[in-house]
Amino acid sequence: MSKTKTVHKREPLFHLVKRDDMKWWQAWLVRIAAIVVALLLVGFISMLLTKESFFTIYETMYRGVFGKLETGSTVMLWKYLQKTAILLGLSLAVTPAFKMKFWNCGAEGQALVGGLASMICMIELGDVLPYPALILVILLSSVVAGAIWGVIPAIFKAQYNTNETLFTLMMNYVATQIVKYYLYIEGGGSNKINPVAEGNLPMIGDNKYALNVIIILVITILMYIYLNYSKHGYEITVVGESQNTARYVGINVKKVIIRTMIVSGALCGLVGMLLVAGTDHSIDTNTVGGQGFTAIMVSWLGQFNPFIMVLMSALVIFLNLGSAKVADNCGLNSSFADIAVGIVILFVVGCEFFIRYSIKFHHTKKEARV
Amino acid sequence: MKRILCALLAVLMLMAFAACGANGDTDTTTGAANADLAEVKVGFIFLHDENSTYDKNFMDAAVAACEEMGVEYAQKTQIPESTECTDAAIELIEVDGCNVIFADSFGHESFLMEAAKEYPDVQFCHATGTQAHTAGLDNFHNAFASIYEGRYLAGVAAGMKLNEMIEAGDITAEEAKMGYVGAFTFAEVMSGYTSFYLGAKSVCPTVTMDVKFTGSWYDETLEKEAALALINGGCVLISQHADSMGAPTACESKGVPNVSYNGSTVAACPNTFIVSSRIDWAPYFKHMIECVQTGKAIETDWTGTIETGSVVLTDVNEKAAAAGTVEKIEEVKAQILDGTIKVFDTANFTVKGEALTSYLADVDTDEAFTPDTEVIKDGIFEESSLRSAPYFDLRIDGITLLDENYG
Repeated sequence: MSKTKTVHKREPLFHLVKRDDMKWWQAWLVRIAAIVVALLLVGFISMLLTKESFFTIYETMYRGVFGKLETGSTVMLWKYLQKTAILLGLSLAVTPAFKMKFWNCGAEGQALVGGLASMICMIELGDVLPYPALILVILLSSVVAGAIWGVIPAIFKAQYNTNETLFTLMMNYVATQIVKYYLYIEGGGSNKINPVAEGNLPMIGDNKYALNVIIILVITILMYIYLNYSKHGYEITVVGESQNTARYVGINVKKVIIRTMIVSGALCGLVGMLLVAGTDHSIDTNTVGGQGFTAIMVSWLGQFNPFIMVLMSALVIFLNLGSAKVADNCGLNSSFADIAVGIVILFVVGCEFFIRYSIKFHHTKKEARV
Repeated sequence: MKRILCALLAVLMLMAFAACGANGDTDTTTGAANADLAEVKVGFIFLHDENSTYDKNFMDAAVAACEEMGVEYAQKTQIPESTECTDAAIELIEVDGCNVIFADSFGHESFLMEAAKEYPDVQFCHATGTQAHTAGLDNFHNAFASIYEGRYLAGVAAGMKLNEMIEAGDITAEEAKMGYVGAFTFAEVMSGYTSFYLGAKSVCPTVTMDVKFTGSWYDETLEKEAALALINGGCVLISQHADSMGAPTACESKGVPNVSYNGSTVAACPNTFIVSSRIDWAPYFKHMIECVQTGKAIETDWTGTIETGSVVLTDVNEKAAAAGTVEKIEEVKAQILDGTIKVFDTANFTVKGEALTSYLADVDTDEAFTPDTEVIKDGIFEESSLRSAPYFDLRIDGITLLDENYG
């Protein structure tokens, strides 16, 4: 044994090679496989924890998300679509900023101030303005509020090169505290605002979710066009790739940063309005419920492609609602839902690594032996 | 590639195998259904989970009542006081097929009422709420219990302990000061600490009490800090109206006697736990289920009492309690039951040095807490008779509020 041992320096067990040979359909096959395996794993873990059968877990998940569709009841389906639309809306909102490599972690706060602006209009102007004017004022104020919240860190980034991740993150806390304060002065001791009847967005039939879903779908298409076929979209891509290149070709980088964050923040504000004036008719510090952070992940998972983001947000919400139902029905702690989502995201992110790199193992090379 | 496929197949087979081995039965049904009775499935909405003593008290009662009545139930935990409560109720109705919904936290109320408007055929019951009697919804009901009677009894046990300490020479009669950790400066808490104080005063006339508020129903650190601050301020016995183990464990570490709430804390505090009052919700749950089964209307406001078994005291911890506590509690309990003792008898307390003859309380809830209803009749403050949730919010002499917290 020792006689044949190689004399050269020991190599690591494997090394990574960037691969360009994978075709688009192969990459997608890997992604789908990753999701399927992750879903199976979630089912398997739930099974071990709950002692329920494998298929019961998935049936419970399905029920938790879609309810009893066979009886003609679509309430749960619409709630699912609504939650997906909100997450998608926020993901779309942060995407232009991300594509520009501006790490907007403030979607939560931008949506919350948008929602707060809606709430204030609904309460203060609800019985003053006629309905169409009221809705217009609500829309404008939410969009402007969100845009302001988004543009403040952008201005500081453009002028003083401050760290936008920390800045946008801190703005979230400021937004939460402002909402808390508003609840304190408006809630009359209970720190809660009971659902307000004025200034609610119109319902389609008796469905208060449909309008939100339609609006977000339209925005998805518009965002796709904006990012891929507009001059703004092109400038965003160039600034994201290299700010020096952008300057060289005569793009005003500062202007692009500020303009893009106005778009990003305004869209978040709009989503906040859909939440408050559209469905909740009330506000609290948890109205956005962390979706602003999940949106960051969805945007990345969707590789900044609005249509893939539709699928990703649908998947994340499905898992969230579905595993929450499993947890409820089987007496698991409610943190189980987070664990399930975490597993799937780990797989989805992990598989990207294997799409981009291949692992070369070092087999013992015969020719190297003496 | 082959190897990966093999591994995948192996995992799949393992899962399929395990699936075959598992038991597919998920029904929570117990007992046989009676053909004459309407089918009932109860959906419970809880603010936290079993880690909160408040919610655990409800959860235990829910399981007990449903199993005894042989009905199915479903539950949702960690439901905040927001539209999520409305969503949870809708999910319990639409997905789990529940026809009675119960929510356990005060702040759930208006959001539960939203669901009640959408589902007129489903019964909605809400603990500790105040709006059912003015809401005009046939299917929305409030429930509470005369827990002030339980706290009065617990107060008697506290007074006995103080007397024992005075007799032993540990403190003088003037140093008999109790401390109370409350959540918010609301009627529910004020009614509770006042009845506790009056119970103690009935056996130990020199007692005084300091109260501190945490501004949260569940905050272990704040509750612990408040209890320690009260102990440092000279309080020789602590009680609390908040849901964590903060105050009881602070007492145990300082060796200060504690009168607990929501259930026994004797396991964690064997040397200082005296007794605990709590509401047993099982009688209400059974009543609610029975009403739906037989098609009877559920009362708009239901107040559980000692008599209905809703207001209960845990076993007295002989190690910490004064001698004769058990007998004394039984004696006072009998007097409450036969009506010789009224907890909020205006003869037993004064406000700014004067006895009260008339008081307007905020019974019909509004955001400004406007006083609207005369609640003193024949010298008695009629707590929980005009609506189930407490509305006693007087600041009586002998109790000092060290701070206030309205959330």
